[in-house]
Amino acid sequence: MTKGRGGAGCRTAGTVTRTGALPDTSPPGAEYDVVVVGAGVVGCAVARELARHSPRVALVEASGDVGDGTSKANTAILHTGFDAVPGSLESRLVRDGQRRLAAYASETGIPVEPVGALLVAWDAEQSAALPRLADKAVRNGCRTTQILGPDELRAREPRLGPGALAALEVPGESIICPWTTTLAYATQAVASGVDLHLDCRVRRADPGSPHRLVTSRGALRARYVVNACGLHADTFDALFGRRDFTVTPRRGQLIVFDTFARGLVRHILLPVPTALGKGVLVAPTVYGNVMLGPTAEDLYDKAATGSTAEGLAALRAQGRRILPALLDEEVTAVYAGLRAATESDDYQVRAHPALRYVTVGGIRSTGLTASLGIAAHVVELLADSGLDLGAERPLAPVRMPNLGEAFPRPYRDAELVARDPEFGTIVCHCERVTRGEIRDALTSTIPPDSLDGLRRRTRARAGRCQGFSCGAAVRAMFEEAVPRWARR
Amino acid sequence: MGATVRVPAAKGPAVSELNAGDRGLGVNRAVDVLVVGAGPAGLAAAARLAAAGGGRYQVEVLEREQTAGGAPRHCAHGGFGAAGRGRPLDGPGFARRSVREAVKAGATVRTGVTATGWAGPLTLEVTAPTGLETLSARVVILATGARERPRSARLVPGTRPAGVLTTGELQHSVHLYGVRGERLGRRAVVIGAEPVSHHAVGALRRAGVDVVAIVTEQPRGPRRFGAVPPPPLLAGTRVTELLGRGRLAGVVVSGHDGRTGTIRCDTAVFTGDWIPDNELSRSGGVALDGGTKGPAVDGAYRTASAGVFAVGNVLRGVESAGAAAAEGRAAADAVLRHLAGGPWPGPGVPVVAEGPLRWVAPNRVTDGTGAGSLLVRARDPLVRPVVSVTQGDRLLRRELVEGTAWPHRSLRWAAGWVREVDPAGGPVTVTAGVAPWETPRERP
Repeated sequence: MTKGRGGAGCRTAGTVTRTGALPDTSPPGAEYDVVVVGAGVVGCAVARELARHSPRVALVEASGDVGDGTSKANTAILHTGFDAVPGSLESRLVRDGQRRLAAYASETGIPVEPVGALLVAWDAEQSAALPRLADKAVRNGCRTTQILGPDELRAREPRLGPGALAALEVPGESIICPWTTTLAYATQAVASGVDLHLDCRVRRADPGSPHRLVTSRGALRARYVVNACGLHADTFDALFGRRDFTVTPRRGQLIVFDTFARGLVRHILLPVPTALGKGVLVAPTVYGNVMLGPTAEDLYDKAATGSTAEGLAALRAQGRRILPALLDEEVTAVYAGLRAATESDDYQVRAHPALRYVTVGGIRSTGLTASLGIAAHVVELLADSGLDLGAERPLAPVRMPNLGEAFPRPYRDAELVARDPEFGTIVCHCERVTRGEIRDALTSTIPPDSLDGLRRRTRARAGRCQGFSCGAAVRAMFEEAVPRWARR
Repeated sequence: MGATVRVPAAKGPAVSELNAGDRGLGVNRAVDVLVVGAGPAGLAAAARLAAAGGGRYQVEVLEREQTAGGAPRHCAHGGFGAAGRGRPLDGPGFARRSVREAVKAGATVRTGVTATGWAGPLTLEVTAPTGLETLSARVVILATGARERPRSARLVPGTRPAGVLTTGELQHSVHLYGVRGERLGRRAVVIGAEPVSHHAVGALRRAGVDVVAIVTEQPRGPRRFGAVPPPPLLAGTRVTELLGRGRLAGVVVSGHDGRTGTIRCDTAVFTGDWIPDNELSRSGGVALDGGTKGPAVDGAYRTASAGVFAVGNVLRGVESAGAAAAEGRAAADAVLRHLAGGPWPGPGVPVVAEGPLRWVAPNRVTDGTGAGSLLVRARDPLVRPVVSVTQGDRLLRRELVEGTAWPHRSLRWAAGWVREVDPAGGPVTVTAGVAPWETPRERP
C-alpha cells in the first residue's frame, strides 16, 4: 500500500471510487494517516493541502460528487473580508484564504473577475453606517475603500434604481467560479496521491487508535480524522463524543438572470447591514449572468434546498428597487443553498489532539474565500496534534477548463478548433459548450455522476433554455460515457 | 491555421479571399444572403432566394444543429400539410422536404455551424468544426426560432430534481434519441394547454410514460386528442411547488378556487409559453418589440437594422410551420427587391399592443409595403373581440373579429389600415374593446 506515498518528485495519483469495497485498511500499518470527511470546498482544500506532505490521505464524501452541498449553491464571491469581525478566526482565515485563492486561481485557470463591490445606502441610517464600515474594513486590513457620493455612485452604476444615496466602494471584492474551485482542489488532491471515495457515507465512528469509521461502503481505519461535514458537522462531532456547537441551516435563495442582464451592472452591489437585516445583493457571475439574493431563513431541515414563492417574491421586490431593469430580463435559474450557521459568530475550528481529531465547523458564507486559509490552518492543527507531515513535496500541477466569460472559451479559440474539431461543435447553444469540453469532462480525473455534475464542470444545460435545445444531446453523451452503475 | 478558402466563384459576385489567419479568426468570406437557422422559415426564404434570377445570388444557410429542418424534425405528428397526392405530411417529412427544396434551388445548407456573434453590421462570427469564420453578406435573415420557457424562467418554486423538462427536450429525447420507458419516467404531469401540450402528451405516451394529469391555469385544456382518451385535466390550476430530491417526487397544485393538492409523479413537462430565441438579434443591436420580444419588423420583415430581415418564430414564438414558411417566402420577395437596389425604409412607427392584447406582429409600419395581415395575441381569452387601431387621436380601424382569441393562439387579421398610417406620426396602438369573456382570476 504505497499509493501516493512516493518520495519527492515521485508521486502516484490516488484513486477515485464510487462503488464496491473500500481499500482494506484493517492490517496494522495499512490504515490511512488522515481521513477527511466531507468533500465540499473546505474538505477538498484540506485534502489538497495534506497532499503536499507524505501522509496517506483519503477524502470521503456521502454524495456522489465533490462540492455537491453548500459549496455548489452560494453567491460565488471572493471576499476581501472587509466586514468580518476584526480579530476573529474568520477574519484572519478569510484574508489569508483570499490571498491564496486569488493566486491559485490564476495558476490553475479558475475564472476570477476583480469587479469590486459597492455597498449601496438607500436611506439615512444606511448612509450613516458607511463610515463605520470603512473603519471596520481598515481594522480587517482592507485599506482601499472609499465612500462615494450620489453623483459618483450614479456615474459608476447608471442603472441603479432611484433613491441611492451613497456607497462604500470595496475595490478588492471579486467574483469567482465556485464549481471549478472545489473541483480544482479535489482534482489536484487526487492527482497528488489522495484517495477520493464518493457515495461513501460515514454512519458510525469508533474513536480509537486507529479510529474506525463505518461507512455505507465498509469500514475505514484512520489515525487522524478531519470533520469537514459542513451542515452535518455537529452530527459528525457527536460520533466522536463532541457536542461543541449546533448547526442551524440558514437558507439562501437566489435568482440568476439571463446574460443580457450583465450589461446592467458593473460591480457587486452589496447591501448595507443594519439592525433591520442584511438585505440582498446583486452581483455579476463569471458566467456572464447576474444573480439576485440571497434570502436568509433559519431552518431545521438540513435538506431544505427548495425555493419558495415568498422567498422569490421578496427577492424580486428588492431587486426591483436596486436595479429596476433587471426584472425585465429572463430568469435562467433559481436555486437555494444552506449556510452552516451556528450559535457562534465565528468559525468553529477545533483540534482535539488527544482524540487525533479536528473539527472544521460553522463555516458560513465565507467558506469559499477562506478555504485555502482554513486548509493551511487545519494542517497546522494536525501537525500540532502529532501528525508527522514529513517532507513537503510539490503538488501535481492542474489546469482547469475555463468556464468564465472574461477568459477565452474554446468555441472562439481558432487554434484549438483547428487542432480538434470537437471544440468547433457547439452542443449547448445558450452557454456555448462544445462537444470537446463535454467529452473531456466525462473522462476527467473526477468524472460527474449526474447531469448536474456535468453542468458544474462545463456549463452544459446551465443556460436560458435549460435543456430545451441541447438537453437530449447532452444526456446522450453523458449516458454513453458514464456507465449506469456510476450514475446517480 | 489561417486557411485560405476559395469559394467557387461561379455563383455570386463578392467572394473575398482574405487570409483571416492574420486575425486568428479563421476564414473570411462573403455571400449575398446569409440565413441563420434552417427551420421552416429560413429554408423557405433560402429556397426562393436561391432559385430567383436563375441562381444569381449566393445563399448560405447556417444551422447550429447537426441536422437541418428545425423544430418539425422532432414533431412526429401530422398537421404539416400534404405531400404529393395528398399524403399527409408529418414534421420530419416536412423538415426533409424543406431542406430538399432549399438545396435543390441552389442554397448551401450547412449544419453543425453556429453564428456566435457579429463582427459588423452584416458580418457574423461563426464557429464550425472546420474552424472559425467571419461571414459577410449583403442581407442577413434571422430565422433562429423560439423556445419554451423552462421551469426556472416561470419561477416555479421547490427543489431542483431530475425529471423536469420542456416539450422540446422531451421530443428530442423520444423522437430523435429513441429514449423510452423508465429512462424517461413512469408518471408524468404536463403543464400547459397549448397545442404543444397535446404533442407532449403524445410523445410521453409514445415513450410508454403514463400521463397522470394536464395542469393549466387556463380555463380549458388543449383541444384534439383524436382517438386516444385525453389525460385528466386540471384547468384553472397552477403548479405551486416541485417536490423531491434527486428525482421529482410530485408537484403541488393550487386551483383558483383555493383547493390544493399534491400529484405524485416523476416527470413534469413544462409546455408552451414560447419566447423567441432572440439572442443573436439582440447581440447585434437589432431592435426588439416589447410585446413579442422578437425583432421588430415591418410588413416586409425588415428590422430596423439595414439589410437585416427576420422571419418565423423568432418574431413572436410559435406559429405553425406552414405560417413560418409563408413568412420566409414573403420575406424573400422583399429581400430580392432590396438586393435589386431597393432602399431601406426609415424608422417608421411602432405598432403597440395594449389593453387585453399581449402583442401584435409585424409591429412596425415603414413605407407600407407587404402588409397583408397581422397576428394578434391576447392575454386572456377574448370572444369576438372588437379590435381598434389608432394613431394619436386618429382612429384607423375598428372592427369585430370573428372567433376567439386565446392566449396560445393568434388571431390573423387583415391589415389594410397600414396604408393609412402616417409614417412620420406617432406610435400606432392596437387594442381590443371587449371585456374578457371569462377571467377566473387576477393576473399577478
